[in-house]
Amino acid sequence: MRWLCLFAFLFALAAPAAAVEPDEMLKNPTLEARARDISRELRCMVCQNQSIDDSAAPLARDLRLLVRRRLVAGDTNQQVIDFLVSRYGEFVLLKPRFEPQTFLLWGLPPAALIGGAIGVFFWMRRRSPADGAGATLSEAEQARLAALVERSTDQATH
Amino acid sequence: MIPELGHYALVLALGLALIQGIAPVVGFRRNDASLMQLANSTAFVQFIFVAISFAALTACYVSSDFSVATVYENSHSMMPLIYKFTSVWGNHEGSMLLWVLILALFGAAVAVFGVNLPTSLKALVLAVQSWIAAAFYLFILFTSNPFLRLANPPFEGRDLNPILQDPGLAIHPPLLYLGYVGFSIAFSFAVAALIEGRIDAAWARWVRPWTLAAWMFLTAGIAMGSYWAYYTLGWGGFWFWDPVENASLMPWLAGTALLHSAVVMEKRNALKIWTILLAILAFSLSLIGTFLVRSGVLTSVHAFATDPTRGIFILVILVLFIGGALTLFAWRAPVLKQGGLFAPISREGALVLNNLFLTTACATVFVGTLYPLALEALTGAKISVGAPFFNLTFVPLFVPLMLAMPFGPLLAWKRGDLLGVAQRLTAAFAATVVAICVTFAAMGVKSALAPLGVGLAFFVMAGAAVDLCERSGLFRVSLKIALRRGLGLPRSAFGTAVAHFGLGVTLLGIVCATTWGSERIVSINPGQTVSISGYDLTFDGLVPRAGPNFRELAAKFTVREGGVPIGVMQPSKRSFSARGMTTTEAALMTRGASQLYLSLGDTETDGSIAIRLYYKPLVMLTWLGAVIMALGGALSLSDRRLRVGAPKPAARPAMQPAE
Repeated sequence: MRWLCLFAFLFALAAPAAAVEPDEMLKNPTLEARARDISRELRCMVCQNQSIDDSAAPLARDLRLLVRRRLVAGDTNQQVIDFLVSRYGEFVLLKPRFEPQTFLLWGLPPAALIGGAIGVFFWMRRRSPADGAGATLSEAEQARLAALVERSTDQATH
Repeated sequence: MIPELGHYALVLALGLALIQGIAPVVGFRRNDASLMQLANSTAFVQFIFVAISFAALTACYVSSDFSVATVYENSHSMMPLIYKFTSVWGNHEGSMLLWVLILALFGAAVAVFGVNLPTSLKALVLAVQSWIAAAFYLFILFTSNPFLRLANPPFEGRDLNPILQDPGLAIHPPLLYLGYVGFSIAFSFAVAALIEGRIDAAWARWVRPWTLAAWMFLTAGIAMGSYWAYYTLGWGGFWFWDPVENASLMPWLAGTALLHSAVVMEKRNALKIWTILLAILAFSLSLIGTFLVRSGVLTSVHAFATDPTRGIFILVILVLFIGGALTLFAWRAPVLKQGGLFAPISREGALVLNNLFLTTACATVFVGTLYPLALEALTGAKISVGAPFFNLTFVPLFVPLMLAMPFGPLLAWKRGDLLGVAQRLTAAFAATVVAICVTFAAMGVKSALAPLGVGLAFFVMAGAAVDLCERSGLFRVSLKIALRRGLGLPRSAFGTAVAHFGLGVTLLGIVCATTWGSERIVSINPGQTVSISGYDLTFDGLVPRAGPNFRELAAKFTVREGGVPIGVMQPSKRSFSARGMTTTEAALMTRGASQLYLSLGDTETDGSIAIRLYYKPLVMLTWLGAVIMALGGALSLSDRRLRVGAPKPAARPAMQPAE
């Protein structure tokens, strides 16, 4: 239901509800904390941009329980995530992996920063006074400057 | 009758917009002042007609006229009056009408307040503004007419989406739209300047108040939306990197960059081409945001394909305006002359750095938001880009930006002295070190990065304070002189310091609330007590209540601190019969800048209830900081040199005294 209301606004509003329920939580606090960490990285596939940790959808609950079952069975965090990806595809990851189809996604922010910095560097160098663009005046300009200086001193003495 | 009146007024506004889009341009070509000045009256009357149209729709909602389709779909006769008002824009059609109302308002404001603008520039600005308005009037009239009637009017409406029945709806969208749409003025100024082929420091001075006003509203609007989401969602998050949020963040980032580059242009006549480009980009991103949210493309590319009329219409508007403006830019920008020179270490240099990071951050959000859509459209592969991606890419861009922030305002124009500035920032460095040490001592080393974040927040805040001290000479000259100098400082200097300080406050709130918050998710029976961060909450029982158009089940909790009762929290669950939907209303208790947050989960048959209880230390600072930022904008705006429109030349003696 959540995405329905999205159209009404330029801002996110989710169907209010409970996410993790007390009966889902593991007794072992370390495992539970790991389960929460993993849940924040996984997308609830029937929601709009919600992690399974936040979502109230039944599917999210199933996934949360699944994550906890795998953890209890002794999987590492990575194994749990790999398992979910093998089952549901890349779509389940809120942080896409670095692979050919996401090279651009991960590459563009640093490329923009570095490219921008290089651009600024060359632009500054081209415009720096050292290369003489603005440092010297042509003869005509010198003459005009002299005339202006003279006129202003004239005015000042009057 | 009333809806037809509103419909007709909108058609008239479209007619006026077409006249205003053509006549001043013709006047500009023929150098005919009377044709150019026509835009002043049309802009004003256009606003009146859109206002009539909006008032007509509001009247339909308030009188619960269910013969109007949108009223039937989004209102209910039992709703409290305030929600009858707000439901006007709580749906697609009405919110687009609000959009054009604000667009027309800004157009009229330029006509009224821009008395000192050169006739030709003003005429062109109003013409461009009218092109945008005409496009959106057409969009509303052809694809999203809010005044359509139903053949067989039902007796009762289908109610407003219960999630939107909240005071937040009264404030958030109008503020956000004032920001979004406000950037249209900067856009129109940029396009007008490109058409005229003339641009100078005065242009920047004319544009800056409008940009500042839009930025202020957008800042407040985003913060308001964030707070609304925080208390509505029921789990205490306040920023989700949702595409809809990103749609508002992108114009904010571009607008912030624009504000800063316009300073360079105004003071030093440099960065002209870049400033023009940013002015175009800021509004383009607003348009893209509108497209993303309105077209349904976010749900999936396929949802867009099933009902593409609205999406394609906006896409055409998007291509026409963004494409047109960028083409004009590519064609005319080389004509513009570059201005003042500056060394890399200088106020200008710092502002260029600011722009580099802000635009990169904006590009990052842009790529992250649109990449999944583009990938799915091109290859069919479905990926998700969510909060973990943005946290990983956005945060590293904002850290250096904020590190550099205290330096910028202290550097001199043209050529600055970095070492000297660093020396003057000694007090800020000291505050940072103390903040980091105290945080480590109090909170331990469990999360090593968070105390550094706190340090950064204090560095930014202290840096802003140092900036004001330096300008007024506090601690260097006598208090009296410093006070007099401080009062004599231009308001924009205060604005800068206050806004920068606000960003530090926001950072502090975000770091503290996300790092040291605690959470309890438990099942609880009446009479039992749950504790969190020194507070004990006793569940007293469930109380059924009836609201105007809903029934609710409230859970009463008595809150004690050290055994002393300090208040009652009553989170509830509401069921709205008209739509058969339930909502959970979280209960908040503010303690200083921190909050206790309590929301309900499922009720069990044995009378126990699942609750989620959060303690959010200093979370209020997140939004307070944004309010301070907006206040900084308002201070700057009140600077008489920047007064909206053009500054009147101060009364000066006709002849400068001889030196």
